[in-house]
Parts: sequence; C-alpha cells; structure tokens
Amino acid sequence: MALNVLMFYLLSAVIVICSVLTITTTRILRAAFYLLCVLVATAGFYFMVDYQFMAGVQLVLYAGGIVVLIIFSILLTSHISHKFAKPEAIRLVMGILVGVSGFALSTVAILKYAFTPSTAPAMKVDMQAIGTQLLGTGKNGYALPFEVISILLLAAMIGAIIIAKKGK
Amino acid sequence: MLQGIPITHVLIVSSFMFFAGVCGFIIRRNMITILMSIELILNAVNINLVVFNKYLFPDQLQGHFFALFVVGIAAAEASVAIALIINIYRRLNSISVDKVNEMKY
Repeated sequence: MALNVLMFYLLSAVIVICSVLTITTTRILRAAFYLLCVLVATAGFYFMVDYQFMAGVQLVLYAGGIVVLIIFSILLTSHISHKFAKPEAIRLVMGILVGVSGFALSTVAILKYAFTPSTAPAMKVDMQAIGTQLLGTGKNGYALPFEVISILLLAAMIGAIIIAKKGK
Repeated sequence: MLQGIPITHVLIVSSFMFFAGVCGFIIRRNMITILMSIELILNAVNINLVVFNKYLFPDQLQGHFFALFVVGIAAAEASVAIALIINIYRRLNSISVDKVNEMKY
C-alpha cells in the first residue's frame, strides 16, 4: 500500500472517529477538542490534494480562530466540570434515524453515480494564480464575491460588537 | 487527482461528517454544541467542493474559491452566533435552547 493511501485512510479514521465523538461526548470542552482534531485532519487532507493555501486558511481560520472563539465562549458560559444530561429518548432516536438514513441514502447515490475523472492537465495552484483569480474581473475572476465577503465580514464584526457589549 | 484513492471514498467520508453534524444538531440542546455541529456540516461541504474541483475539474479553481468563501462566511457566522450566545447567557443565565423562548408567547 502506497504511503499516501495509508495517510488518507489515517486522516479519514481521525475524521470519522472524532466527528462522532464531537456529538456524543458529555463534556463540552472535550467536544471542542474533538472538533479541533476534525478540522486539523481536514487541513491535512487539503495538503494531500496540493491546495496549500486552502490548508493554511483552514488551519489559521478554523483551527486557530473559530475553535479558540468557541473555547472562550465555553469558558465564559459553563463550568468546566459540567456534564450534559442524557438527551430524551425520542429525540435521540429521531436524530440517529435521520443521520443513519441520510448517510445510507447519500452513500447509495455516490456509489451508483459514475464519476468521470477529468483528463485535463492539473492547474498549478500557486500564490500567483490564486491572487490573480481572486482579484480578477474577467473570466475566472472573483473580485465581486471578494468585495461582498469583505462587506459581510465588516457587518458581522460591527454586529457582534454591538450585540455582545454590555447595555447601560 | 490522488493516486490510488477513488473519489467515492472521499465523498463517503465527507458525507459521514455531514450527517454526524446533522445528527448532533438534532440531539444536542446546548447552543455551543449546536454551533459546533454547524461547523462540522460546513467543513464537510468544504471537503466536497475541494474534492470535486481536484478530481473532476483540475484545470480550474472554482471549488477552491467557493471553499475559501465558505470558510469566510463560517467565521462571520461563528462570531455573530457567539455574541448572541453570550448576550443570552447574560440575560437568562442559561444557554440551553429549551429555555430560550422568551419572545414566543
């Protein structure tokens, strides 16, 4: 077995196990840690498909930013030793039913569909290609979504500050 | 594309992650864990976009950029959601979704 195949299945195992543990563990801080494991394994997968910039963004924004934000809000709102009560039986059954049936359905759909891998030569994804496309206005240019998301981030930042600040 | 790894295996892993997120969204009653489930769902979608880009359209970068924008949206969403959660905790002293129905009746 080639080393990259082994690496892929290792990352997949980490993703599968940790995503199950994220939603089943009874301690909230552990759930945040398992989420961090899932996100780092995903970044490893992005490195495997040669999208280094995407992997860097994943590590910096998700693993570095969002998880730290979640951990801070956990520390602000709940006791570290706090354990969840067991969920109600009906909700548990419904959740597992939805999860299992949806996963079975999508797995059947994926296995039945014949994907035709492209034979086109792979594009070299370096910083120059990403930069010119991200700020280009012609074909394959993403200047408009880039500007829209910058406005959205500004609005989200101001909104978060105004919502979270203490009232008089 | 990756040598020796069929696209279906990657898609099955990401769909498992997606439905784990959906399952957690339904089962959990704590707002922060619901937020974590949403992050799982968004992350699974990102893997799908990147994989389709790499396997089916390697001469373009559309999936890559969509995944990039999804990460940005997820960051904005998490920051606003956590501001809301902190505000709710200040007013109600609880972040369980069962207790947040003040405006309902």
